[in-house]
Amino acid sequence: MSDIKNIFDVSGRAMSAQLVRLNTIASNLANANSLSGSEDTAYRAMKPIFETKFADNVKDSGLSTTQAVGIVPTDRQPERIYMPEHPMADDTGFVYSAAVNVEEEFVEMLEATRQYQNNIEVVSTLRALMMRTISMGK
Amino acid sequence: MKSISNHIGIYADALSLRSKRNEMLASNIANAATPNFKARDMNFDAEIRKISHEGPMRTSDERHFPLMTKGGRESVLYRQPLQASKDGNTVEMNVEQMEFSENVMRYQTTLTFLNNRISGLMTAIRGE
Repeated sequence: MSDIKNIFDVSGRAMSAQLVRLNTIASNLANANSLSGSEDTAYRAMKPIFETKFADNVKDSGLSTTQAVGIVPTDRQPERIYMPEHPMADDTGFVYSAAVNVEEEFVEMLEATRQYQNNIEVVSTLRALMMRTISMGK
Repeated sequence: MKSISNHIGIYADALSLRSKRNEMLASNIANAATPNFKARDMNFDAEIRKISHEGPMRTSDERHFPLMTKGGRESVLYRQPLQASKDGNTVEMNVEQMEFSENVMRYQTTLTFLNNRISGLMTAIRGE
């Protein structure tokens, strides 16, 4: 990873982190209604882990961005549903539904979208300022 | 040369300081969802006062070197949150957005002042 030099690095990387978050939310929602034959193979919601990445640890410049350092499955347990007629049911007649809370995912989707938009807004504002600064004295 | 830089004076320093503050506030907005991130900011008044004390050292002998004194880098402080959040993140979007838009506005104001100074100089140089 190269170092963080300017505003485009800061906001660009924050946007890609938010995009990772939106992608995991999309995967979680896509798998929300899937059923599985055993508890181990049932789908579990995934969450990205965000970490601050500072521009310079020695010189405290105040410049930092965020980075998705990993994606982990949540420890919510899949729901056990009694459905003996289901083709994937186990010996005792149970299937396991994906451990995804749809409402939670929706709320997080809204939050991630807003933060993505905020970063775009910051970049476009500062870009306009830079363009005006370039034409200084004309 | 010195008179030109004196004429432009504090506005040039203020502009670069405003730009640094913009970057800090952008970092805060970028880290709005990162756990344990502490929002940073600078004390603009204190920093601009520090810069106005910078300059070459006064010399009493022609063999002395008029070294430049620097006030040092700007000190980056931590923002005090109005209401701390559970995950240790102290970025409050409303505060950051207001600070950011104010800082952008002040940057533009400084830029306008700077432009006026430069066009005044150009008028003087052309002598029209």
